[in-house]
Amino acid sequence: MTAPIISFDKVNKWYGNNFHVLRDIDLNVAPGERIVICGPSGSGKSTLIRCINRLEEHQQGHLIVDGVELSDDVKAIEAIRKQVGMVFQQFNLFPHLTVLENLTLAPMWVGKMPKKDAEERAMKQLERVRIAEQAGKYPLQLSGGQQQRVAIARALCLTPKIMLFDEPTSALDPEMIKEVLDVMIELAEGGITMLCVTHEMGFAKAVANRVIFMDLGQIVEENEPHEFFNNPKSDRTKDFLSKILGH
Amino acid sequence: MNDTFQPIAPRPAPVRTEGIVPWVRNNLFGNWSSTLATVLVLAAAAWWLPGLLRWAIFDAVFSPDSQLCQAARETGGACWGVVAEKYRLIIFGRYPFEDQWRPAVATAAMVVLLVLSCVRVFWRPWLVLLWAAVLALFFGLMLGGFAGMEHVPTDRWGGLPLTVMVATLSIVLAFPLSVAVALGRRSNMPAIKTICVIYVELIRGVPLISVLFMASFMFPLFMPPGMSIDVLIRVLVGITLFSAAYMAEIVRGGLQAIPKGQQEAADTLGLSYWQAQRKIILPQALALVVPGIMNNFIAIFKDTSLITIVSLYELTGAMGLALDSDSDWRPFKLTAYLFITAIYFIFCFSMSRYSLWIEKQLSRSKNR
Repeated sequence: MTAPIISFDKVNKWYGNNFHVLRDIDLNVAPGERIVICGPSGSGKSTLIRCINRLEEHQQGHLIVDGVELSDDVKAIEAIRKQVGMVFQQFNLFPHLTVLENLTLAPMWVGKMPKKDAEERAMKQLERVRIAEQAGKYPLQLSGGQQQRVAIARALCLTPKIMLFDEPTSALDPEMIKEVLDVMIELAEGGITMLCVTHEMGFAKAVANRVIFMDLGQIVEENEPHEFFNNPKSDRTKDFLSKILGH
Repeated sequence: MNDTFQPIAPRPAPVRTEGIVPWVRNNLFGNWSSTLATVLVLAAAAWWLPGLLRWAIFDAVFSPDSQLCQAARETGGACWGVVAEKYRLIIFGRYPFEDQWRPAVATAAMVVLLVLSCVRVFWRPWLVLLWAAVLALFFGLMLGGFAGMEHVPTDRWGGLPLTVMVATLSIVLAFPLSVAVALGRRSNMPAIKTICVIYVELIRGVPLISVLFMASFMFPLFMPPGMSIDVLIRVLVGITLFSAAYMAEIVRGGLQAIPKGQQEAADTLGLSYWQAQRKIILPQALALVVPGIMNNFIAIFKDTSLITIVSLYELTGAMGLALDSDSDWRPFKLTAYLFITAIYFIFCFSMSRYSLWIEKQLSRSKNR
């Protein structure tokens, strides 16, 4: 097996003094691997992926991303953030900037790219998510699905090695979920490393190499999707799957 | 049952809904209560307006003749003559009479600069140089002492030039300071946060008058002997620090209203703290608090009238100075007050209209 691009080693995290949100997380992600993380709310799955780009700090254990260990070192955090793109449930587009400006901001200010090159790259990414014609609009003038696709394009503009998705379709109308998932499936086919918190089990079956089930801050079960869905081992996983697949 | 699609027959549009007549019909006589209100207001105007016109125009005295003004007072007419007689003293204060072209030019340059700075086309780097140039021109002209211009110390400055200069500099200096303090109050660094909290709470806990007194009378006591800072500068610093504390809280309110996700998105894109503040957080936060900020700018403009108590005779002070010493004209102070009220109003109303324009510009991204 190749060296992991992300490696959690006995990672622990607490919110406040007594809410133990991540418990002894051990997880290795190979380059190009596509992982879906699921679990009930409050199980720590969002916290887990937010630790990878230091939106949350872990307090114990080691977390190494792309060869750099996450610590309080600001330079290390900045280096990692350049390699890690993130897509949020609430899109978090910058409402005062146009779609194009949302995309060129980081390449110009973080990547020190000339405006023209940044715009060229942005348009390429917008075409990739099939929304190039909206470049001049403001985010709030778009539908939720369009906004989320812009958010994906924005994250891709820094050409990250790793993409994190934190429930990317949970705030969308059912009709719009598909257009976002389609973009994500295309992205997965491109070979980027992906970690995705989602309850879209169809997506998990279609693209994931591995599905991880979390509960109470622990990784309860992990397996390749076919086994995971057809032959879950723990009772907790069976119970969870029966609830989300039951309807 | 007939289930074919049956369009509803088109109807004629309602009678004219645009233009002045329908507007009056709808807005002034739409129902019995608005009709009643309209009639009452018209009646009040009809009862009040003739008297006002008589006082302000027909029975008023416009020539600078105090005898005529005294006579008009008996018949109930305004005495605009006081303005005609004293306007130079009111507008320029104790500035040497024969040199008053200097403050006139300086103030005009300053006002032109302010108007230019409000227009988007001129928001270019050279505007900063223009500011430096106009400020240098202002102080050069006002102070003099070169090119054959007599030196005029700051304690002889007065009237409108002083009001405009003090208000402008206080606003221009207080605004960035307030943003810095607002960011500081939200900082993770305990020392910076504490300093900002203490600063804001301390300044908000005292009236402006006492800040001005301290700047004017107490501060020199702490200076080493022989060293002194001009009272005008001390007062400027006082007003700036005072208004920045208030504005910092307004800005902080705006910062508070920005969702946490914006900062997180900026973080994940690798923007540094200052890049995120400058490009993402502050533009949105400041756009939210434009009305509150402009409120404060207007308050600063009018609060400059308080510097009279430390013997800097700005517009209000200069008016008092011009009339109090002259028993012929002292009785007509009310009319003189109306005159400076009009001046204050022009400035404040312009500011408030400008803030509406800014709000409109900023709301473009929210228009669907």
